[in-house]
Amino acid sequence: MTTVEQAHAAAHALTRRPVAGKGWKAPIAFGVVTLLSLILFVVFARPGTSEFRLTAGRTLIQLPVIAVPTTLSCVILTGLMAVITVIAVMLVRANRRVPLWLVAIFAFLFLAAFLAWAGAGASIPVYGLLLGTVALSAPLIFGALGGVISERSGVVNIAIEGQMLAGAFVSAMIASITQSPYLGLIGAMVAGMLVSFVLAAFAIKYVVDQIIVGVVLNVLVTGLTSFLYSTVMTANPQMLNSPPRFQRIEIPVLSEIPIIGPLFFQQTIIIYLMYVAVAVVWYALFRTRWGLRVRAVGEHPQAADTVGIKVGLTRFWNVSLAGAVAGLGGAYFTLGSVGSFQKDMTAGAGFIALAAVIFGQWDPIKATLAALLFGFATNLQNVIGIIGSPVPSEFMLMLPYVVTILAVAGFVGKSRPPAADGKPYIK
Amino acid sequence: MSDEQIPTRGQVPPGRETTVAEEQPIPETTTDAAVANERRRGPETPNRSHAVLNEILGGGVMITILSVVLALVVGAVLIAATDKAVQASAAYFFSRPTDLLGAAWATVSDAYSALFQGSVYNFRRPGFADGIKPFTQTLTFATPLIIAGLGIGLSFRGGMFNIGGRGQMLVAIGIAGWIGFALDLPAGIHVIVAVVGGMVGGALWGGLAGLLKARTGANEVITTIMLNYVGFYLIAYLLRTPGALQAPGSNNPKSPPMKDTAIFPKILGDQYNLNLGFILAVVATIVVWWILSRSSLGFKFRAVGENPNAARVAGINVGSAFTWVMVISGALVGLAGVTQILGTVTTGFSSGIDAGIGFDAITVALLGRSRPWGIFWAGILFGAFKAGGFSMQAAAGVPIDIVLVMQSMIVLFIAAPPLVRAVFRLPTPGVFRKSTPAVRKAQVQK
Amino acid sequence: MKLELRGITKRFGSLVANDHINLTVEPGEIHCLLGENGAGKSTLMNVLYGLYQAEEGEILLDDEVQHFQGPGDAMAAGIGMVHQHFMLIPVFTVAENVMLGHEETTVGGRLNMAATRDKVRALSDRFGFDLDPDALVEDLPVGVQQRVEIIKALSRDAKVLVFDEPTAVLTPQETDELMLIMKQLKEAGTAIVFITHKLREVREVADRITVIRLGKVVGEASPTASNEELASLMVGRSVDLVIDKAPAAPGAPALVVKDLSVVDQHGQVVVNSVSFDVKQGEVLAIAGVQGNGQTELTEAIIGLQDRVTGEITLDGKSLRKLSVNKVLDAGVGFVPEDRNEDGLVGAFTVAENLMLDRSDGAPFVKAGGLQLKYLAEFAKKKLTEFDIRAQGITTQVGRLSGGNQQKVVLARELSRKLRLFVAAQPTRGLDVGSIEFVHSQIVAARDAGVPVIVVSTELDEVTALADRIAVMYRGGIVGIVPGDTSRDILGLMMAGEPAPETGAAA
Repeated sequence: MTTVEQAHAAAHALTRRPVAGKGWKAPIAFGVVTLLSLILFVVFARPGTSEFRLTAGRTLIQLPVIAVPTTLSCVILTGLMAVITVIAVMLVRANRRVPLWLVAIFAFLFLAAFLAWAGAGASIPVYGLLLGTVALSAPLIFGALGGVISERSGVVNIAIEGQMLAGAFVSAMIASITQSPYLGLIGAMVAGMLVSFVLAAFAIKYVVDQIIVGVVLNVLVTGLTSFLYSTVMTANPQMLNSPPRFQRIEIPVLSEIPIIGPLFFQQTIIIYLMYVAVAVVWYALFRTRWGLRVRAVGEHPQAADTVGIKVGLTRFWNVSLAGAVAGLGGAYFTLGSVGSFQKDMTAGAGFIALAAVIFGQWDPIKATLAALLFGFATNLQNVIGIIGSPVPSEFMLMLPYVVTILAVAGFVGKSRPPAADGKPYIK
Repeated sequence: MSDEQIPTRGQVPPGRETTVAEEQPIPETTTDAAVANERRRGPETPNRSHAVLNEILGGGVMITILSVVLALVVGAVLIAATDKAVQASAAYFFSRPTDLLGAAWATVSDAYSALFQGSVYNFRRPGFADGIKPFTQTLTFATPLIIAGLGIGLSFRGGMFNIGGRGQMLVAIGIAGWIGFALDLPAGIHVIVAVVGGMVGGALWGGLAGLLKARTGANEVITTIMLNYVGFYLIAYLLRTPGALQAPGSNNPKSPPMKDTAIFPKILGDQYNLNLGFILAVVATIVVWWILSRSSLGFKFRAVGENPNAARVAGINVGSAFTWVMVISGALVGLAGVTQILGTVTTGFSSGIDAGIGFDAITVALLGRSRPWGIFWAGILFGAFKAGGFSMQAAAGVPIDIVLVMQSMIVLFIAAPPLVRAVFRLPTPGVFRKSTPAVRKAQVQK
Repeated sequence: MKLELRGITKRFGSLVANDHINLTVEPGEIHCLLGENGAGKSTLMNVLYGLYQAEEGEILLDDEVQHFQGPGDAMAAGIGMVHQHFMLIPVFTVAENVMLGHEETTVGGRLNMAATRDKVRALSDRFGFDLDPDALVEDLPVGVQQRVEIIKALSRDAKVLVFDEPTAVLTPQETDELMLIMKQLKEAGTAIVFITHKLREVREVADRITVIRLGKVVGEASPTASNEELASLMVGRSVDLVIDKAPAAPGAPALVVKDLSVVDQHGQVVVNSVSFDVKQGEVLAIAGVQGNGQTELTEAIIGLQDRVTGEITLDGKSLRKLSVNKVLDAGVGFVPEDRNEDGLVGAFTVAENLMLDRSDGAPFVKAGGLQLKYLAEFAKKKLTEFDIRAQGITTQVGRLSGGNQQKVVLARELSRKLRLFVAAQPTRGLDVGSIEFVHSQIVAARDAGVPVIVVSTELDEVTALADRIAVMYRGGIVGIVPGDTSRDILGLMMAGEPAPETGAAA
């Protein structure tokens, strides 16, 4: 590199600033959603009352069922949404950003209005909705954490799907043979890691485009697990594909708290592990030496190199770690929910996890929230399907993907990936 | 390997091997640049024939062939390892090792002969007309792979990573299928209208990702993946909605069969499945070749794909290039979908009709190195794998999933030529540079 | 600490970047490494810093031979480097950048931010830097970022400090301040290697000077040596950058720019109400320190900037709000300042690059199809006309040397009828031979009656080419002065001081 180029590159690097938040996107999006809400929930109002059940029947503490008149609550909620839209417009006019909490409130209002509308004349089990959300989000959260770790270190992880599928397969097999779900978990981590080794080796050593490797790896793992499933597993399903599932561990007292208890203190070990993993990854990424170095390598590998950090090695091990974490997400399918391995059972969860990474702006907490949102949308579709949904289930299932498209297009928040994400480092 | 290299700004594009000396900026001092050039070229010229040999051995064609060989070897190991007879003989390997080898050989040769006879020529059938049938089957399977591969490859050349083949195919199938079963049109025209309708659908779905990239900078990898799912659920919804795509009087999420007027004619007579779709694949290859290497549009696509900054400064509208390359790409992928429902599966479709072709096409495009004729032959190879895979599954009991393994292996190997060279101990092109004492020392130190 | 390099040789393939270089730097000494772009200075320092391994020779610190496997080893041994291209992570705070690589941690690897903050404050106070340890680096001005780099090196107890072209991005005042800092460091006993190609800076601070040319040490000089002596050592012959050109015969004003302002993507005004004109047959040079709005000004003229106000008219026709394509069609030729990034498609052939900005319509395109035969003939002609040293017209441009690449850009831009020619940093990183060629082409265009704008940060180039000089500072034009204005005045103007009798001179 000539000195001149360096200078220019420096100038480039230095002028790259976050785009100022003077965007009309948020108020416009608010306006559109409010209008939608007005049309759907008010113009096409559904008569009756909507009930929200907050506790299941069997808990010690019972909360009363909340019953509201559907149309009136829809009108009120839509009105509040309109108010927030106006506030957003005023904020932007005053050259100020629309704060995240306002977006959150808006989203909550819309959701409440939707639930009230959809639940007209029926009873919505709120606790079940939330519980199911955690269950459906768990693999997504593990996958998203894997994505965050890998991409923060500068390697795009399209192979989350493959890492999860490999984790699902190996955990089922090992847990079946050993009859120990814990060994199955370890097997899942190793399997995810092996997939990552290939990704890391090709991306870092052979400088192959990371997206290409990721896409191809997904195909490879799909083919490999399906092949082995058909040849090995189906030959002896009793021995090879009937893993013991994790049992719920109830934490005394705490598990009796309404809503919070079932969510946080009546779960399987794998869910507890997930809660811990989110906190640990966040803490480690932003508060420890490891995190500082990972982020440095993902933002500006050359700078990291000049202070003695081994870029290739750092990336290699973090991609591997990412694979292990994503592998846990795969284990959730076989050891947590389904109870056996099936062909292609992750069914695109890895891609939703990837979407959560981006929607969550490469932040472990935000990515987790995004994964929860996606899990919620899926579960909502299930729940509403039971009570008789006014919206076709396919459109509910579409929601995470549409939201992600809007997110990357900058209509929801702003995405600023690690600067060196996807770029190989060549000295 | 990185130590001998000079820092370069930005990334090395995938698959483009750069040798050390090329990356090294030539000293622009008082030396006449030409002198530097001479110095640089010095060792290369005296041994031109050697260089040519190097290029063939270490270059693209050889790497491709060796990658296929490697993938077949990996497949053979998998087939042998999972076979019961082989496993049984492995139990007493140390008393009679030949049994294991014999069993493995028998299993693998059975499987691969089924693969060959299912994809190229079936020796057990009497006469050429029957014997060649598997090959026509290969071409039939290759048809959508080639067309979709061309679409994906075109997007690669234009700097867009189109992973949205599935969504584009499904939307195209939705439109073309509806035209195919719901409209009453005269024979020839019906086909044309359905094909055009499908291509428009694919173009819209692909163009949307292009437009989002052009207008908002949204990463097309993400948007196309997301659009896959949106397209899938959209079609799934329409397929279970009476009056939309669902067959009347049915509760299954499946469309009615296509009308005869909309079905592609068979080009080799009714005994072969090969249909108009393959002709379209050949035509598409020629058209894409022309676009890429002979047209102004393709020139712009390539310029934008290689260096969008320079393209922009040269007055090329980068956003519109992104959009149009995705429109054409989507249209081609859509056409691939249309060949499925009007050529191969004419009895109506469900939401799984894409059969992973959208993803297979990515591997086809990569194997073909995004060049039209490369994609054409890559499509035929993968078509052969598919056709042969089915017969391998039927005749030798090897699950067809092995084909996915081999396909992805081929692409991985091709993407990393140094790996293949290392496996086969081939010379590195331009090896004289790397073997200078300087670099050897650096490697030893590592 | 005393630094000694003995017989350092570094090759890249068949190319010898450093040829048996010897260098000794004593503690408390500023040793200047003087050489042209590409002479091998940076390679040498990268060897010293462990980024490259030398094939021959050894590095000694206080007479002990060192073996650096990577920058970590070099730093541990007490070598610090202030990189020209700052090695700072924009989204990290000052403290995070300083600590990176030798973090102080508490239990469980937790970063000890408090200790680092104190360290930054202490060092910053010692040199009067006034640095906020919690500021994000990307929010800091370039000059301040450089101080972060210095603190980064000092916080690792660097006893040998290398400054690699540190003044390239600084204003004259910031440069002066840096010189003071270097002197301060020297007083404190640090051995300093100062890499530059700017003679004035060398003479101001250097205790000893080593001149490198073509990877070899060609001589040592004392700071009292004259500019001419140093320059001739540096380039190997007496340099006379002043090219023979006839006095300008300016015609009518062709390009008229009035109250032009540009707002960049971050909402900052980068060009502030600029007005000037360029007449037919004259060269207007736009001088200034890098990053004072010159780039954005040329980009605005070409149509590459979105938020532009004011007027740009060429021969009475407005260029503002036209697409790049339309501007080029209007007869504007443009040489962008970064040819690899913006001027050429490296993977394209020479021929393809020659038609890059004419991919619509005749003569290269007819009915949507490329006219390959015509293109081949055209390219062959240009190859000889512009003396482009390439194996053929199908050679990839990325494989050519910088000088030949720039000739390809020039050949493309000068091969059509121009009404305006804009060349930004046209000779950056080129060898002297290519510089002369490029300059002669620019003068030839002027003599043919084309109005020419040359943007350059090099005063030598500005004074060699300009008929008039506009100096930019912080987005505005400080003044427009005649081409023969003295360098001292230009230097002051580049620092923002209006020229004496500016109005009269323009």
